[in-house]
Amino acid sequence: MKWLESNLDLVWELVLAHIGLSVPPILIGFLVSIPIGWLANRYRPSRGVILVVLGLLYTVPSIPLFIFMPIFLGTPLLSPVNVVVALTIYAVALMVRTAADGLASVDDDTLLAASAMGYSGWQRFWRVELPLSGPVLLSGLRVVSASTVSLATLGVIIGVQSLGYLFTNGFQRNIPAEVVTGIVATLVIAVVFDLLLVLIGRLLLPWSTPDRRRKATRRTTPALVAGGVS
Amino acid sequence: MNLVLGGIAWILDPANMNGPSGWIARLLEQLGYTFGAVAIAAIVAIPLGYAVGHTGRGRDIAVAFSGGLRALPSLGVLILFGFALGIGFKAPMLTLVILAIPPLLAGAYAGFEAVDRRTIDAARAVGMTELQVVGKVEVPLGLPLLIGGVRSSVLQVVATATLAGYIGGGALGTFIFQGAATRNYDMMLGASILVTALALVLEGIFALLQKLVVPRGVVATGQQNVRARSSRSRAVMGSPIQEGK
Repeated sequence: MKWLESNLDLVWELVLAHIGLSVPPILIGFLVSIPIGWLANRYRPSRGVILVVLGLLYTVPSIPLFIFMPIFLGTPLLSPVNVVVALTIYAVALMVRTAADGLASVDDDTLLAASAMGYSGWQRFWRVELPLSGPVLLSGLRVVSASTVSLATLGVIIGVQSLGYLFTNGFQRNIPAEVVTGIVATLVIAVVFDLLLVLIGRLLLPWSTPDRRRKATRRTTPALVAGGVS
Repeated sequence: MNLVLGGIAWILDPANMNGPSGWIARLLEQLGYTFGAVAIAAIVAIPLGYAVGHTGRGRDIAVAFSGGLRALPSLGVLILFGFALGIGFKAPMLTLVILAIPPLLAGAYAGFEAVDRRTIDAARAVGMTELQVVGKVEVPLGLPLLIGGVRSSVLQVVATATLAGYIGGGALGTFIFQGAATRNYDMMLGASILVTALALVLEGIFALLQKLVVPRGVVATGQQNVRARSSRSRAVMGSPIQEGK
């Protein structure tokens, strides 16, 4: 606690650096994986190829991936871009499968009904497919968020500032409190991100969340639900 | 391209290859960590996962536990154990065991949950004891998902075993940290290529193994029929790729 009190500025600065490293991969990963996931479902042969390639990319361990980045990007080894791009690759590799599964989970009859009502393919995607696959996408995004926040600590190995600095510095200076601070701060960021995602989910997908409300409705107005889908 | 050649040249140099601190010895250490940690974790996690899967109790706790561990930064945990246990192989091993547990646990209980409830009712109806239901029905039918759990566990551990080098625990990461300290990019790259190759080979072996362990009866009757649907909601276990690392 004493260590934390005298180093609050450092910790705060690292927290901001850590958020700066982990937010872009989560957002870009999400945006990129939806079209790729759609593509994976659209054509039969593309699904296998896309999922296998991304599976192999995900197999590349994180520290080597950081070290490979300068070769592909031409960036200096110590550049934060290496970490952001590597984490984005992981985010995409994780998220595409979920996106493909989520989009595939939308009931075919629903899609046919939308087409029958006159939706064009483009409108149907935005107004029917995407919102209905929302809950699955959200669950995938939560996994991506947690693993990205945790992996960003490893940036310190190639000299990129993040909360991982508290681990290596704490080790070199033999201060366990510093390491514990790093772990707790990482977990706090992960939890805050998770809560934010859940909150965004509640706002954008109000129909998907509370089970309680549905049960309550059933109890008070059984007649309404009786003939409905159970 | 020159950078890549430098890394490959580092790997091919016999001076870096042989001896107690050559990469062959380090690679074997990495494998030792991987299989050691997964084996220890399996002793803990598989019976526990089977108990959860068979009784259906404690599933929420298991799910929350697996999810929560995903955000735990392994480097921090490793260093913390390093303070407690000193440098050497103990702290990395303990960290890796903790890391290996969630996928194994998830694989074990998801495997049981995926078994069609009717199949289990049928097994009871023909007079199998509870132990026989577990041993002759649930374990074989759950095997593919369990191997999936072992696969993602191995994958995660082999990647993270690289960190052992940071606290003097050996393995291939030693070269990466040494290279980072002495600004020797060839050494870092060479070791990175080796770690990646090792992970890809293990992944390939497990992908194959997962195909081979589907019980013959299941293949004969068509996988779809026997285990397509479970009356219990399925655990969000995900395929091996979905686990964090």
